[in-house]
Amino acid sequence: MKKTVFLGAFTVAGLAAAAAAAGTMDDVKARGKLNCGVTTGLVGFAAPDANGEWKGFDVAVCRAVAAAVLGDASAVEFVPTTGKTRFTALASGEIDMLARNTTWTFSRDVDLKFEFTGVNYYDGQGFMVPKELGVSSAKELDGATVCIQTGTTTELNLADFFRSNNISYEPVPIETNAEAQQQYLAGACDVYTTDASGLAATRATFENPGDHVLLPEIISKEPLGPLVRHGDHEWGDVVRWTLNALISAEELGITSANIGEMSAGTNNPEINRVLGTEGTLGEMLGLDAEWSKRAIAVGGNYGEIFAQNIGEETPIGLARGLNAQWTEGGLLYSPPFR
Amino acid sequence: MSTLTDPPNAGFRLSMLFNDTRYRSLTFQVIAAIVLALCIWYLGNNLIQNLRAAGLNISYSFLGDPAGYDINQRLVEYDSQSSHARAALVGVLNTLLVAFLACITATVFGVVAGVLRLSNNWLVSKLMAVYVEIFRNIPVLIWIIIIFTIMTAVMPGPRAFRGDNATSSMVLDLFAFTNRGVYVPMPWFESGLFASAFMNWMVVLAGLVASWFVSGRVTNWANHKQEETGERPKTLLIKLAIWFVPFAVLMLIMGLSWEVPALKGFNFKGGIKIGGPLIALWFALSIYTGAFIAENVRAGIQAISKGQTEAAAALGLRQGRIMNLVVLPQALRVIIPPLISQYLNITKNSSLAIAVGYADITATLGGITLNQTGRAIECVLLLMLFYLTASLTISMVMNIYNSSVKLKER
Repeated sequence: MKKTVFLGAFTVAGLAAAAAAAGTMDDVKARGKLNCGVTTGLVGFAAPDANGEWKGFDVAVCRAVAAAVLGDASAVEFVPTTGKTRFTALASGEIDMLARNTTWTFSRDVDLKFEFTGVNYYDGQGFMVPKELGVSSAKELDGATVCIQTGTTTELNLADFFRSNNISYEPVPIETNAEAQQQYLAGACDVYTTDASGLAATRATFENPGDHVLLPEIISKEPLGPLVRHGDHEWGDVVRWTLNALISAEELGITSANIGEMSAGTNNPEINRVLGTEGTLGEMLGLDAEWSKRAIAVGGNYGEIFAQNIGEETPIGLARGLNAQWTEGGLLYSPPFR
Repeated sequence: MSTLTDPPNAGFRLSMLFNDTRYRSLTFQVIAAIVLALCIWYLGNNLIQNLRAAGLNISYSFLGDPAGYDINQRLVEYDSQSSHARAALVGVLNTLLVAFLACITATVFGVVAGVLRLSNNWLVSKLMAVYVEIFRNIPVLIWIIIIFTIMTAVMPGPRAFRGDNATSSMVLDLFAFTNRGVYVPMPWFESGLFASAFMNWMVVLAGLVASWFVSGRVTNWANHKQEETGERPKTLLIKLAIWFVPFAVLMLIMGLSWEVPALKGFNFKGGIKIGGPLIALWFALSIYTGAFIAENVRAGIQAISKGQTEAAAALGLRQGRIMNLVVLPQALRVIIPPLISQYLNITKNSSLAIAVGYADITATLGGITLNQTGRAIECVLLLMLFYLTASLTISMVMNIYNSSVKLKER
């Protein structure tokens, strides 16, 4: 018992020391690097490319924040986390923010003491099966063996779905996406379930993507977004408004191509406020006036980032769907920059 | 010279706590204990205060909430509406199952490899040396993953058994070896004495215990006879009858039948499923720890002086009997204490189960429950308590066994 108290006390003492230190923003500036938690590798969202450079939709959020705060989009230390380790990494201060397809849920927000700073992808849990099984609906999966990533909300959704439809299944809990993919391809499970975007990304890396189908059922709401520790509101604001700047930029037509031209000043006051040529929004955040200009310049606006990493032109081929701007029938709606 | 005859001062002075050897060690022990207690108090207090400052508290009430997730290997009734405590129990039983199985097979592997390594046959002894060196020098996690990966890659999926021109078929139409596990026929009773299967198996167990008891009496009777007359009566047939006749009669009465696994839907249904993760974990733990046990066994055998073997040989005993009657009983005294720690290692290493998706206590309570509830400190404390209890229990049982085989000094 002695040992347990010791270890527990050390852990929590370390945890509290990190939280009690100066604000996260000062830490990041002093360090000159942003520690950003990402997945261990999910093509399109966060994965190192052939040169070992991290690329992806979630990675772009990290880079935009680094550009806004540090003025350098490459000043990011990417920390790969699994579904199990991500929250501990964030709570202990090992990472400054987590951008890892993490679902915004009540208990994570309230009970685990995190702060979700917005939604960068509206997702839902889906199923992928080999075409040769001839399954056309998830309700036909009675008795199937299902691979799931352990420590995620998908585990609970899956149990609820099968229970409410009165059908049985056998779960195979897997630690990472890569292992799950291997198990699925080896036929150790009939079905792989995770967020539909993740399934599309995983399928894109298969040798024969056409041999696998995504079933039409989406069994849950999975709003994915970046999150930070609860209690450090200045830092939370920086991450929240960096994401909002990317979304607003698309709505306002600011792109990586015309950003230089637009930052010379336009007739639209909102564009001017976003780009810092008017008002003192940057100062209110504790940053300089050009913070959002730098953030948008890294990979372009939300739409550009989407198209580059996971859009229909990429092997992953996701349609905008719910993730279109509110003006186009989607759910993306940034509060005004004012 | 008068100082020498002065009576020693009987009074106790404070300085004697440090200067007098009678008290000094005690003083330092008390100081050390106080410092240790203060440290623990400080850290514990720190923990509680910081938890309070972060708005968290230590509470185990989450154990009663519905777990909400499913587990693939359940030794007791469990579904997603059962409580977190129930999920932890399922994990505990899975841990104990794999630890128990692995301890037995590791001992078998270890004893065989340890004895064979001392063989006079060059090839056999070298083969065993290679086994020991390869398996104990590669981390057990790697072995678990290698064995699991090979299993899933090499064995056919259930789909391969389907259709008229299936690429795989069941062995003897009874056993199905798939990459998800091995399905074997399950015995059950058509006309059991009780309604519940559990009670019927208890009856069978009681029958076997009775047979064992009677067979022990027969051995005693034979020993007695041998001591009196010098001639040992043949007991083999009697013993066989004692074991098998009541068993067969019981099976006949209760109507033993077999439920053969059959391919239904996506998977095999019916029979007993021995899951792939269990097999991989069990085999990896046994073969890895077996290599260590082999070394213990070899050390134990080599600790017995050569004179013993030669004396036994001079009495005309055969090789096998020398090993069984003379060397191994004495070697056990050397083998048992390190064997205890190998058993503890197996139990603790079984926590690597999640690598292959085996739902042990670390995967259920320390994995999914911890993640879904966020109660990290509570869950980890429970895990520590479980492993501590399990290890101490194994230790205790093995120590009792050890004292029964150790040299009795009269």
